[in-house]
Amino acid sequence: MKARSGPHRVPRGGRVDRTRIIPFEFNGRRFDGFAGDSVASALLANGIRVVGRSFKFHRPRGFLSAGIEEPNGLLTMGEGAASTASIRASVEMLVPELKVRSQGGWPSLGFDLGRALDFTASLWQAGFYNKTFIWPSWHAYEPAIRRMAGLGHAPDGPDPDRYELRNAHCDVLVIGAGVAGLRETLAAAQTGARVVLAERDLECGGETLWNGATIEGGIGTGWLEGALSELEALPEVRVLRGTTAVGIYDDRVTVLVERLAVAPARGDASGGRRAPRERCWIVRAQRIVLATGAIEQPLIFENNDRPGIMLAGSARQYLRRFGVALGSRVLIATNNDSAYALARELKEAGVTVLGLADTRPRAPSELSAALKSAGIDVFPGSIPVGTAGFSGLKSVKLGHLNSDGSRVDPGELFDCDALAVSGGFTPALQLYAHAGGALAYDPSSGALLPVRPVRGVTTAGAAPHGTPAGVRVSPSGRSGRKWVDLLHDVTVADLELALRENYTSMEHLKRYTTVGMAADQGKTSAAATLDVVARLRGMAPTELNHTTMRPPYVPVTLGAIAGRELGERYAPRRELPIRGWHAANGALMHDYGEWRRPTVYMRSGETRESAVRREVMAVREQAGLFDASPLGKLEIHGPDAVDFLDRFYLNDLTTLKPLRARYGLMLRESGVIFDDGTVTSLAPDHLVVTTTSAGARNVFQWLEEWRQCEWPQLRVAIVPVTEQWATISLSGPKARAILAGLDSDIDLSAESFPHLGFREGRLLGLRARIARVSFTGELTYEINVPARAGRTLWEALLSVGAGEGLQPIGLDALLSLRLEKGFLHIGTDTDGTTIPDDVGWGRVAANKRRDFIGKRSLGLPDNKRTDRHQLVGLASVDRAAFVIGSHLRIAGSAHASDGWITSAGMTALARQPMGLAMLREGRARVGEEVDVYDLGARVGRARIVNTPFFDPAGERMNG
Amino acid sequence: MLRIPCPHCGVRDEPEFVFGGPTHLSRPDPAVSDAVWADYLFARENLVGLHYERWLHAYGCGCWFNAVRNTLTHEIVKTYPMGEPKPPLEEPS
Repeated sequence: MKARSGPHRVPRGGRVDRTRIIPFEFNGRRFDGFAGDSVASALLANGIRVVGRSFKFHRPRGFLSAGIEEPNGLLTMGEGAASTASIRASVEMLVPELKVRSQGGWPSLGFDLGRALDFTASLWQAGFYNKTFIWPSWHAYEPAIRRMAGLGHAPDGPDPDRYELRNAHCDVLVIGAGVAGLRETLAAAQTGARVVLAERDLECGGETLWNGATIEGGIGTGWLEGALSELEALPEVRVLRGTTAVGIYDDRVTVLVERLAVAPARGDASGGRRAPRERCWIVRAQRIVLATGAIEQPLIFENNDRPGIMLAGSARQYLRRFGVALGSRVLIATNNDSAYALARELKEAGVTVLGLADTRPRAPSELSAALKSAGIDVFPGSIPVGTAGFSGLKSVKLGHLNSDGSRVDPGELFDCDALAVSGGFTPALQLYAHAGGALAYDPSSGALLPVRPVRGVTTAGAAPHGTPAGVRVSPSGRSGRKWVDLLHDVTVADLELALRENYTSMEHLKRYTTVGMAADQGKTSAAATLDVVARLRGMAPTELNHTTMRPPYVPVTLGAIAGRELGERYAPRRELPIRGWHAANGALMHDYGEWRRPTVYMRSGETRESAVRREVMAVREQAGLFDASPLGKLEIHGPDAVDFLDRFYLNDLTTLKPLRARYGLMLRESGVIFDDGTVTSLAPDHLVVTTTSAGARNVFQWLEEWRQCEWPQLRVAIVPVTEQWATISLSGPKARAILAGLDSDIDLSAESFPHLGFREGRLLGLRARIARVSFTGELTYEINVPARAGRTLWEALLSVGAGEGLQPIGLDALLSLRLEKGFLHIGTDTDGTTIPDDVGWGRVAANKRRDFIGKRSLGLPDNKRTDRHQLVGLASVDRAAFVIGSHLRIAGSAHASDGWITSAGMTALARQPMGLAMLREGRARVGEEVDVYDLGARVGRARIVNTPFFDPAGERMNG
Repeated sequence: MLRIPCPHCGVRDEPEFVFGGPTHLSRPDPAVSDAVWADYLFARENLVGLHYERWLHAYGCGCWFNAVRNTLTHEIVKTYPMGEPKPPLEEPS
């Protein structure tokens, strides 16, 4: 005897392999399925009717469909960190030892306390969260609601699975490998085009695989085999099975997700590398053909959500593809021709068919005659009006519709365990809408059909057509028990309430009721929503707009989106040329923008704070060595180089002499400070500009934009060279003595090489550029050598400087040193509103006669306001440390805040809090005291002081 | 993701490019009134239809170029090198 694998498996038929038993687990119980089963078909074959609890009311639910539209059969697959929530059991293929479990239902699927919600359903209407949980505050209710609501749980640990990304280009992308898609693929491929064919199923063929249709005079499956072998022979055709198109974006860029290995087949986490689980494809196609078929719609009537009620086309698929009957006593209700075939086929399979109700006043004569001759009753002008059965359908009551379908009278009661329904077919045109196509309601089929073409996107097969259909929504019954959206538990009553509250725009109605917003994105509810709303408003559905359809078409795992761009691969990182040394010498590394840099070099027994202080003291008393390689560096070449740069800096560059450097500020055209750095003249036609580390790319693009777009006549070229040079900053009173210990042809004496001087020469036999610019307030040599030689120089300096107390210093120490000097840190002390005068550069800007970018804007009224915030120093009155972001308040001020702290630290010698702040009319308030607030509380008192906090005369860096 | 035809390199993916805002704007003489200057800084058309804009092929040839893009459909109707005059185009119906 052949294995049956479950009481609902019919004796023969289907594409499952009855010789291969596939054991699996559902809610901890062992079951058997056959090779070729979906998870849903295996569960149905075993007589499992309830697979989940509904989202809001915790009603028992069973499978509605056999496809991607499934709103009820969402299960959690796998265990632990590798588990995936809300997989659609209707399209997930069964593999050995698969473990699935239902979601919702507490403490168990069978006994769900949340079911109490259903008995109080009238309290849980649209907008109930907003209306109900407002006293004393939403936060009092949120934890309990979050426990009750939602579908499945995100796993706790990091996903052990691997995911991949592939990019592809093709002439034609065909989505859907049913007969229409295969024909389009063959036609395109025969012209020599490169074609990608994506099929959601693991088998190509669509419903022709199982519907017994005849194609070109032969058996449909025979035609499929011929077409597929023809495709195999075409080298330019790539067929992707198990691959779903999830979105079409601008210029037909399409994202596909390909399912690879299913959980148990992937190997376990300990057994080396796992096979990738999913592959995301980004396909750039010249042309796209959508052969995505159609999605069957349900009928809407009272208690239409009971387990055992299934779409007729899906019931047919379960029967013919998987050999599973949806029940033993079946009633069928339809508003179109498609369900007649199911009635005959169920009967042939030995299932009791109680009859077929057609909502149309006149049933099609040929089809109904055929059923009658097979002994199946046809009830024209009928629609279900009610059902009974708590955890599975027990009976259905039919009603008789009047001629225009506006009224229904109760009719016969049928004892049955399954009801197959068909409310017509809506072409799956979501992808068409993603691509920019417009859809409109077609009254004859009750479907949304294309009305505006999209360049490069066409439809084929069932996709562009709807089928003519009758009434879809029963006019009778309690509207609170007529489900429109099964996954979000939205009923006709919710739509009524929203309309009463004047949510008449379909977009507002959708957001208020959440209809169509669940993981299935309204695949079986959008059409009915239009029908119901049109009826309630007394309009035609054609007068309503449908809501916008957006990617993804089906749920996508975060893993597929992330691919391998995780952890260290999340973003490209820029590494210092001397990183190896830093790593080996106790550097605490952090990411600063794209660069990973030493924050501080820790010695054993030190805290981060004490280590920073040691480094600061080293620079003040001996010397420190700082890896400044990320400093932005641009070379400006050409006879007009000075003229060009002078148009950007608020400082006059025309007086800059060769071998001299000058600090400068660069503005946006609005007058806001953009970046700062030094401009160094190597020769009249060769300058080097430094930028902030974070601004290097932006400054280069900014200069290039003006050079290319506005002043192409200037003879100038810009070369970014940040990465070509290792930049090492040697700073401190011993800096000259230490540098003099290295072999060089550069005269380091203060007379020959003063502050803001520049020299190019040989150092340790290396090509070197040295500038005397200081961010620490100490005598500083900023030494540039070719990047590859950076470590050689770094180690040579540390070796020769060891006797002088030279130490490497990190970014924390550097920023503390600069804060003591009151030097500006762009982006820290400045923001998108800061103009030069706010930070004390107003006079320099005003004194430059020549126009420069941003100059004109400094004269605009807002930039001349006298009550602007100005950068000032802060000293603590009560020794409370400053916190960046704290707010300042002037006694008696009319403002909630008069400013904020931008930089904070401790002075190195006296260990006193110091800070910089933007304060309203700050420069006029030096000597005054202000209150400091942090997160709403007063935390201290500060005195406004002049900067710098250290060496005001600047003698040390000039030495 | 747009597919942008760089006039120098051909069609490339949008992440290679940097958007530069409206093009064919001329920087006024600084002697103009505050109102005219503020217009130059801040007033933009924000139109529905064909928009003249500039892009930088940052991770390609490094060239700025001009593009005409339909702001409704995102279709890039034309691209042309920087410095070329504004091409006459018909508004889409």
